[in-house]
Amino acid sequence: MVENRPFLNFLAHVVLIFGVVVVALPVWVALVASTHESNAFLRGTVPMWFGDQAVHNYSRMLGTGISTSGMPPVGWMMFNSLIMALGVALGKIAISLTSAFAIVYFRFPFRMAAFWIIFSTMMLPVEVRIVPTFKVVADLGMLNSYPGLIIPLIASATATFLFRQVFLTMPDELTEAARIDGAGPMKFFRDILLPLSRTNMAALFVIMFIYGWNQYLWPLLITTGSDMYTIVAGIKRMSTVADTDPQWNYIMATAVLAMLPPLLVVIFMQRLFVKGLVETEK
Amino acid sequence: MAQITIENLGKVYPGGTRAVEDINIDIADGEFIVLVGPSGCGKSTLLRMVAGLESITEGTCSIGGRVVNDIEPAERDIAMVFQNYALYPHMTVRQNLAYGLKNRRTPKAEIDRRVAEAAEILQIGSFLDRKPRALSGGQRQRVAMGRAIVREPAAFLFDEPLSNLDAKLRITMRLEIKELQRRLGTTSIYVTHDQLEAMTLADRLVVLNKGRVEQIGTPLEVYRNPASAFVASFIGSPAMNLIAARAVPHLPGTGHAGLIGIRPESLIPSADGQIEMTIDAVEELGATRLVHGHVGGEALTVTMPADADLPETLRLKVDPQDIHLFQAESGARLARA
Repeated sequence: MVENRPFLNFLAHVVLIFGVVVVALPVWVALVASTHESNAFLRGTVPMWFGDQAVHNYSRMLGTGISTSGMPPVGWMMFNSLIMALGVALGKIAISLTSAFAIVYFRFPFRMAAFWIIFSTMMLPVEVRIVPTFKVVADLGMLNSYPGLIIPLIASATATFLFRQVFLTMPDELTEAARIDGAGPMKFFRDILLPLSRTNMAALFVIMFIYGWNQYLWPLLITTGSDMYTIVAGIKRMSTVADTDPQWNYIMATAVLAMLPPLLVVIFMQRLFVKGLVETEK
Repeated sequence: MAQITIENLGKVYPGGTRAVEDINIDIADGEFIVLVGPSGCGKSTLLRMVAGLESITEGTCSIGGRVVNDIEPAERDIAMVFQNYALYPHMTVRQNLAYGLKNRRTPKAEIDRRVAEAAEILQIGSFLDRKPRALSGGQRQRVAMGRAIVREPAAFLFDEPLSNLDAKLRITMRLEIKELQRRLGTTSIYVTHDQLEAMTLADRLVVLNKGRVEQIGTPLEVYRNPASAFVASFIGSPAMNLIAARAVPHLPGTGHAGLIGIRPESLIPSADGQIEMTIDAVEELGATRLVHGHVGGEALTVTMPADADLPETLRLKVDPQDIHLFQAESGARLARA
């Protein structure tokens, strides 16, 4: 805003604080609930301040987990999620980098057709193609395995498109200079393109890591053994227990723990992330 | 070091567009050739064909006696300097210089020696470990030249290397390039649209227009005896006055309409001059002034000393030696009788 009027400042703050409250309230409730006893949440009034069971709840979840519902410890589910999120993020980056490289730098028949086919898969997320995908993964014997969790999510039109745009902004002279300098296509890819797309890769990694970490429907569908549960799908499994009340304190503690890794990734990669999204100078 | 021979070279793009046609140039070892012409005349295309960045569709190009039509740019033993420098932004100056040599598996000690030598020649030693983005335009241009020098190629190819620099820097760099080329004695082809740059740098000029060679010659030859009306108007600043003439007497091809060309500096103010010019406008250049006016319906430009008086009408004379004649339709030069 150009003007500096106290009333407008005040109004802006009111609106922003309201927004923060709306967004943060559920997180707050989760955080608070994770520090109470299991029945505190079921008494009718939701507690709004911390209880005294934090150490007990968290150590229980990180240690043994809720064995009654056949759940593995949270640590193990987080490890599964980590493998999946890393696999999805790194796999997406690797595949989309190479396909964007092919589309931008090579002239082959049906190049544009290939691009548009990749592009059109943007309209087909996992949820849409879930039945055929399940069938394929099942036939390949990849149910209940890390490859089964990762591979169906690994192709990414969005990332391919992003890298295509990045490569299109690289000056042609750079390619030509490399050609005269005796760099073949793969050498050019490795020595010039990869280092120059570093920040974009970081930005994409953040987005895709969170995407992979937050995957819910797919892991829920294909993980049947408890040793393959991912944490987000695990939370859901904890809350649907038969013949008893859900143990909200444990569930909320798990939810809070599940929020941490994406948060850490964002915090530590924020600088690169922002740079990757706004940087235009090559 | 090598001579470059370009024979009947032509380029037709897949769509049928013709960029250059029937180019023949013999470049001697160590010669500095400047390709000059207006934008779109095919000069960059020609250079890129020599470099191997554009395929050759007609004719042959040979470097050092070897036909290079189907040889990769990296194996043509040439080095190129680009208009926007094309330095690798993520590498330091040193890495930029060394990259081409590393790809050729030059031994480490040899790379270091050549980089140090190039840095010495170009005075870029003090920022060898900086990234290109920390350098000024002039410094980047030096690095770009350094990258060419370390390769010790048979030929340098320059693609408008000074266009991105400011006017003052352009003049100093121009001198440096000339001096450097003379010292290294490397055959060079230099593309520019700036006729002044072309005149000052070239051993020989190649004036191109619409994909064809209009004239090849030393700067003075081209200036004194332009082969066509196009060359006459393109080379020399201010441009030559070209006046339509209904008939040109005493010359072969009489009866054809012609063009009379007189350079602004050949028109000399004189009390007994036959030409009476009405002055329309005056441009002050400091040392000289350009006087624009008209005689009959024809516009004329005259270069005059800055301190001369300016009457309403100017009486001018011209030495018959300084009159150039061209055919109207083809623009070709007509020999004097």
